[in-house]
Amino acid sequence: MSAPLTVPADSAAIAPGASPATGFWRRALRHRSFVLGAALSLLVLGAALLSLVWTPWSAYDIDIASKLHPPSAAHWLGTDVFGRDIVSLLLVGARSTIMVGVIAVGIGLTFGVCLGLIAAARKGWTEELIMRMSDFTFAFPAVLSAIMLAAVVGPGMLTSITAIGIFQIPTFVRVTRGSANAVWAREFILAARAAGKGGFRITIEHVLPNILSILIVQATIQFALAILAEAALSYLGLGTQPPQPSWGRMLNDAQTLLFQSPMLAVYPGAAIAIAVLGLNLLGDGLRDLLDPRLARER
Amino acid sequence: MSLFILRRILTLVATLIAASLIIFLVLDALPGNAAQMLMGVDASPDAVRALTVKLGLDQPLTYRYLLWIKGMMVGELGNSYVYGTPVAGLIAERLVLTVPLAIMSMLITVVLALAAGIYTAANHNKLGDVGVMSLTQVGIALPNFWFAILLILLFAVKLQWLSAGGFAGWDDGIWPGIRSLLLPSISLAVVQAAILARVTRSAVLEVLREDFVRTARAKGLGKREVLWRHVLRNAMIPVMTVMGLQFANLLAGTIVIENVFYLPGLGRLIFQSIANRDLIVVRNCVMLLAAMVVTVNFVVDVLYAFIDPRIKVANL
Repeated sequence: MSAPLTVPADSAAIAPGASPATGFWRRALRHRSFVLGAALSLLVLGAALLSLVWTPWSAYDIDIASKLHPPSAAHWLGTDVFGRDIVSLLLVGARSTIMVGVIAVGIGLTFGVCLGLIAAARKGWTEELIMRMSDFTFAFPAVLSAIMLAAVVGPGMLTSITAIGIFQIPTFVRVTRGSANAVWAREFILAARAAGKGGFRITIEHVLPNILSILIVQATIQFALAILAEAALSYLGLGTQPPQPSWGRMLNDAQTLLFQSPMLAVYPGAAIAIAVLGLNLLGDGLRDLLDPRLARER
Repeated sequence: MSLFILRRILTLVATLIAASLIIFLVLDALPGNAAQMLMGVDASPDAVRALTVKLGLDQPLTYRYLLWIKGMMVGELGNSYVYGTPVAGLIAERLVLTVPLAIMSMLITVVLALAAGIYTAANHNKLGDVGVMSLTQVGIALPNFWFAILLILLFAVKLQWLSAGGFAGWDDGIWPGIRSLLLPSISLAVVQAAILARVTRSAVLEVLREDFVRTARAKGLGKREVLWRHVLRNAMIPVMTVMGLQFANLLAGTIVIENVFYLPGLGRLIFQSIANRDLIVVRNCVMLLAAMVVTVNFVVDVLYAFIDPRIKVANL
């Protein structure tokens, strides 16, 4: 069983360093989905960074007098029901999205990779226990965990980060364990064993470097999934809370005004789709570039 | 075969018990006193104590947990803290909407995905393949609730063919009900179908490269016959795996989509209960959803063994 959008787990990592870094970039710039994905991802990242130093208007100040303005020279995409500038909200929203995504994927990556490496190194009942636990976590989609947490501690950014982070763990466990097992079966591990290295040192010095590229690809794709989950949770009111702008929240606000200002419901969704599309294409591109053996039929 | 199924059933039961334990700990033990939560901080201690006794919250934790498990066996889930009516009845009322919604969207997903996947694999690297595959790439990136809002914009606001939300119920025959579930199930299905179509395509392409396909062609079978008779059956295993995994997403999706379309299903019930601090309803709803996910994955596992006898041997 493998999750959708995961790297095939049995494939070992990149062939050790035949091509220098320059070769990678030359191939990368010719790879269509990598270039498009990187451009879209950089666009979102740039928007988030820009919002730290500059937004056309404040994303927090309420100005009821200028509510629901159509696009104009002053407000490029118009204003929302509280008179806030849409462009500014989108820019600051990118920041919330990236922050939640980075922390949630960080949680999933840290716990998932550690558990996966342990499972591959220890085998036996340890592996069985870790894999059963990760199968079990699959039964709780991020929305379900977020609902439980929200019912007990209340909704908020922390609730959504925790819920998404927990949901990310099992995927990383599977991918890490699958690819680490493939590395453990290689001959240079046997050599390292013969040289007297223990399981911990082999894992750090040999296994981890060899599965790094697979983890990078998987983290990119999981980032996209985290953005989708964050948007859904904020839309439901379980995630980022007002007045902190977030794309999901903007869609929720816009939905009550579908008949008056339909375009308000279009921009934030398009922003989410651009971010997710960019990361997915980037992940596909990285997979092809980092491991030629994984390159899929096109 | 029976040993394989027995092992699977034991895993299923263990998983369900673990799930119930975690749900109970998070939603019953962790919040402290649910009666205090219900009445607010200003409530008089006497009133809180009275409610605690009335709700049975003064009993020890293990007793309450075992009572809940026993209740689930016989369908006695206790009464809602807020409405005072049986939780089982509340949930059953809502399942009348959520189950048909999930089934409809799964059907649409499978039809769309198989059609797109088989078409693209059969026309590998031709214009149609590239076009449909680009579409699926975009489809995967769409948040389903945004796609739902776009559908509302088009069909309810602009064209005014369908209503923007609400549920007609099953009392006036089956058609009005299906009509009000049409947009919700499409918006759930399209994103899932995009993922499943890609899986189907690569699975079919994989099988097309097998030796037995060449043999079948060599003995004179047409391309079409080989595809339908030999390739599809063999390509179904990865497709079914992903379908099983997608079911969890689908249920999570119904919670979101019900809120987009103001449908009185399980998802709305959960949200009302969170707002009302009706933790006993939340607990049972979450358990039900988790149980559905676990059970569907169990069924998929067992079905593999029937499709591909090699699996049960490998997993013994």
